[in-house]
Amino acid sequence: MALKSKHQRLVLALIALVAIIGAGLLAASALKDEAAYFYVPADVKFKGFTPGKAVRLGGMVVAGSLAHAPDGVTKTFTVSDGKASVPVRFTGIAPDLFREGSGVVAEGKFDAQGTFIADNLLAKHDERYMPREMEGMSYDPTTHKVTGANQP
Amino acid sequence: MHAFANPAKFLSLSRPMTPWLFWGGLALILIGGGCGLFLTPADYLQGESVRILYIHVPAAWLGMGGWSGLAIAALVQIVWRHPLAGVAGRAIAVPGALFTAICLATGSIWGRPTWGTWWEWDGRMTSMLVLLFLYFGYIALARASAEQAGGMGENGGVSRVTAIFALVGAVNLPIINRSVVWWNSLHQGPSITMRGSTIDSAILWPLGFTVIGFSLWFGAIVLMRMRSILAQNKVEARLARMAREAA
Repeated sequence: MALKSKHQRLVLALIALVAIIGAGLLAASALKDEAAYFYVPADVKFKGFTPGKAVRLGGMVVAGSLAHAPDGVTKTFTVSDGKASVPVRFTGIAPDLFREGSGVVAEGKFDAQGTFIADNLLAKHDERYMPREMEGMSYDPTTHKVTGANQP
Repeated sequence: MHAFANPAKFLSLSRPMTPWLFWGGLALILIGGGCGLFLTPADYLQGESVRILYIHVPAAWLGMGGWSGLAIAALVQIVWRHPLAGVAGRAIAVPGALFTAICLATGSIWGRPTWGTWWEWDGRMTSMLVLLFLYFGYIALARASAEQAGGMGENGGVSRVTAIFALVGAVNLPIINRSVVWWNSLHQGPSITMRGSTIDSAILWPLGFTVIGFSLWFGAIVLMRMRSILAQNKVEARLARMAREAA
């Protein structure tokens, strides 16, 4: 039985749409590593690094690792992604949101010893937004519940 | 659906709806915007700059929602040959591009104080910029096909190639949505998911007003543009008839 031409067009259009979106998603997922905006310390640990090559390194600034050099403009800190960590040295003006325990993307290159020499810092914040009074409360990423000692 | 194929029927429905959508949307935008500026607390990390959220998020939603509308209109045009589908597609394209541009501009202004940069080529920003260029492409194609047809014509000047372009461009929508999940990006991950919101309710609630308000406004703009395209069609048809009769 021949399909009505309207149904034929619908089937054809839907097949074409599914094929295009499938192709697009395959291409996008194949780009997974190449389209990454920055490398994380685990990439450095497991895939190695090329000294002198311009890259971006992203991760969390390890709490307690931030130190200021006597010259007043140089900072050293450790960036971690939970699997590995990399020491970073940066000379310049950091964005306001740059702080320990928060996300950072550093632009620069590795020196021969594996220290990342950053010439630009970008602050990366996470998907949480909350009032100041709630700062310091603990957050459960699976249940999205915020709990804290000073909450009623 | 073909009950609305008659433009007269469409007009009798869209004409009274337009002021409700326009003024209702404007009221919700003003309520949401005012509350977002003066009533909600500042963010613990970003401070006052978080308030740009109340424009940035609806703009992003309407930029992507607009292209979804284009793709649906294109499908309806190709499959059901609905006479208003092309008109709708053409009416959606310009406000869709406008809201995409607003999303990019507000994101850039927001990025400077929070991230420390106006623009970076990360997955989310790049894919959103591609969406803006897709809108430009659609608008240019629709205009070119209208000129080739010698007037707006019955599909509002949207040729089949233009409709197919709208369908193909829809592949960018899941890429925009997943860009912060698939790739390391400077833009943070999704805050509002099926499992809940990581935006605290004290900051979140005016966003509902502005998202619904801008959406109603978008609807009003689309209806107004559809009516103006239909009116233009009528004028062109009448001019053509007068020219024939004079000859």
